[in-house]
Amino acid sequence: MKRVNAVVVGAGAAGGIVAKELAVAGLSVVLLERGKWYTAADCRKDDLRNQRNSQLGNAFGPDDEGNPRVWVDAKGVAHTVLASEGAYSNNAACVGGGTLSWGAQAWRFMPQDFRMRSTYGVPAGSSLEDWPITYDDLEPYYDKAEHEIGVSGDYSGTPFHAPRKRPLPMPPLPPNREFGILEPAAKRLGLHPLHIPMARNSVPYNGRGPCMRCRWCVGFACEVDAKNGSQNTVIPVALNTGNCELHTQCQVKEILTDERGRARGVSYFDERGRLQEQLADLVIVSGCATESARLLLNSRSKLYPDGIGNRYDQVGRNLQGHYYSGAMGYFEDETYDDIGPGASIAVMDYNHGTPGMCGGGMLANEFIRLPIQMVDRMPKDTPRWGLVHKQAMRHFFKRNIAVMGPTQQIPMADARVTLDPDVRDKYGIPVVRISGNVHPHTFEIGAVQAQRAEAWLKEAGASATQLTGGMPEVVSAGQHQAGTCRMGNDPRSSVVDRTCRVHDVDNVFVIDSSVHVNNGGFNPGLTIMAIAYYASDALVKGWKGEGYRG
Amino acid sequence: MDAGNKSHGVTRRQFVAVGTLGTAVMAAGCGPKAGAEWEFLTDAQAQTLKAICDQIIPQDDFPSASEAGVLNYIDRQLVRHYRPHQDAYRDGLEQAEAQSRKRFGNPLPELAAADQLAAVTDLERDHHAFFELVRNHTLEGFYGSPRHGGNRDEASWMMLGLGDPPLLGRAQYDLAKEPQR
Repeated sequence: MKRVNAVVVGAGAAGGIVAKELAVAGLSVVLLERGKWYTAADCRKDDLRNQRNSQLGNAFGPDDEGNPRVWVDAKGVAHTVLASEGAYSNNAACVGGGTLSWGAQAWRFMPQDFRMRSTYGVPAGSSLEDWPITYDDLEPYYDKAEHEIGVSGDYSGTPFHAPRKRPLPMPPLPPNREFGILEPAAKRLGLHPLHIPMARNSVPYNGRGPCMRCRWCVGFACEVDAKNGSQNTVIPVALNTGNCELHTQCQVKEILTDERGRARGVSYFDERGRLQEQLADLVIVSGCATESARLLLNSRSKLYPDGIGNRYDQVGRNLQGHYYSGAMGYFEDETYDDIGPGASIAVMDYNHGTPGMCGGGMLANEFIRLPIQMVDRMPKDTPRWGLVHKQAMRHFFKRNIAVMGPTQQIPMADARVTLDPDVRDKYGIPVVRISGNVHPHTFEIGAVQAQRAEAWLKEAGASATQLTGGMPEVVSAGQHQAGTCRMGNDPRSSVVDRTCRVHDVDNVFVIDSSVHVNNGGFNPGLTIMAIAYYASDALVKGWKGEGYRG
Repeated sequence: MDAGNKSHGVTRRQFVAVGTLGTAVMAAGCGPKAGAEWEFLTDAQAQTLKAICDQIIPQDDFPSASEAGVLNYIDRQLVRHYRPHQDAYRDGLEQAEAQSRKRFGNPLPELAAADQLAAVTDLERDHHAFFELVRNHTLEGFYGSPRHGGNRDEASWMMLGLGDPPLLGRAQYDLAKEPQR
């Protein structure tokens, strides 16, 4: 393989952006992706095989076969889990990563989300920390992400949004029926509802048409290619420069280092299972929080006996996603209009500023529900099967609204990714082992959020309500996984510096949700993208022709 | 608003050619099965499973689980994605029969409806893991995509008042407005 300037591992939200930014700047780039490249034609509208409902497997990877993980439960018992099982904490394995099939909520974090420790102090047992960068550092890159990837929506309804230089590039989609029911209720409660920012075309944008508003949205590839991810925006741009090659179905094994400890490239199994080496001046790890940590931990050598970046046992720690809580409301009149994506209205009133609570979260109505997604969401006391259940489905399927949101996670050092000592994937590479749990204060915040969601639904006219959330005994990661290669100034308590460079190897970067110090009270996709633009900018500025001098 | 009769401003007739093609493709996967054509189940197992599934989703003015092809769905998946559950089904169905004969003196499929309900309630209590498996698979087969052999003729979607999948041209219409006819 020809030596290149940069090898990027993972063609997801972040990796696609890094590849594009470097290729446009003139660097030669190889982008390696373990999954396949799907297109709009692969939507399939399969209610039982997608990235949200995977009873019959994941539509966009990984396959159940050959890609196990190990999950350690609250009692300390280890279970080998398949990629379609919940405890696996899957995101996706494909070009575009999670952004091929996401719901596409594209939120900016708030300034306080970067200053959690300074704002609230540290709850006992938590590793809560400030980011080494601020919202102001990221603002230009949020703006760039919103315009290059394409975001519709309207923040003007709320005074709580972070300072921004210009509005979103596309207007929101016309409101659906749930919006019409929830908006006046929110205003009566003194809340400030807004149109959810979404990486989804509401009007023609970037050469593609608008959303057709079908019910197969979150979890599916978009049939009309109106949903924006790295696979239909930045990656085609990267390839069109002529400076970037994309290799799919390539599983990276380890980062290779020389005798001085600098990275010289990566080794990987190609689409035919052959072990290859890709030499590069820069190695950029963008595999998402679980897999990026796994790659660093698997990159062991004499100089890095515990893996790259892991001198102080920090790689893999602080694994977090989002604990979702909220409420179901059941209505006398029909609420369902069969108009996707369904999620349309949100409030940011509860993200910060509640006395006694370390943060909070955004609340929004849920994406449009497929029938199979409603079978366990009938009103309390409904039998789980039999004639009464069937008739409850008939009655309530079109008469319910769900309001919920991602509670800001209180990070814990022992919620973590390690390598399993025994289990290996189909290539013989040690697999991710997930252990730990959610901090108790996260549940406390979630319980308050659920009551707030319930109050909103009641004000909107719900005749019955039911809280959702509970206290699952499993670390929260999944599609919002983050935190395993924390960004910080102190190498003893973080893995990468403020430019996403690994502290102890000057040409290895981790650029993805792994670097999130905490995960905000919002879906993290746009923040992952903003960080990718920000870190790429630093990389390009530090690039001196034959090596990085940042 | 009855979504079953219209698709938001785009009449069904305008897209009848496309729709027919889609139906033909879907029908291939979910035709009724004659006996002895199961891929995994024996006829006897299928009869026992039918009795259980039809208590989980009984007939009313819409089809029961088995009438909507749920047995096809489960049988097909037991040699595909649910291959790991083969033993659970083999053992579970045998235990369901044993329990039925012990309490009612007759095989489960031959019991009166009220006794079948009691027998399935017993099953839920005494063989909970197996019952949960069947319960979940039954709901999947009934409410999931027809492509996997269940939800015959989109029976559950018709029951819920959901129309056919919207078609591509929908993107050209303002869906928040009432349909123009």
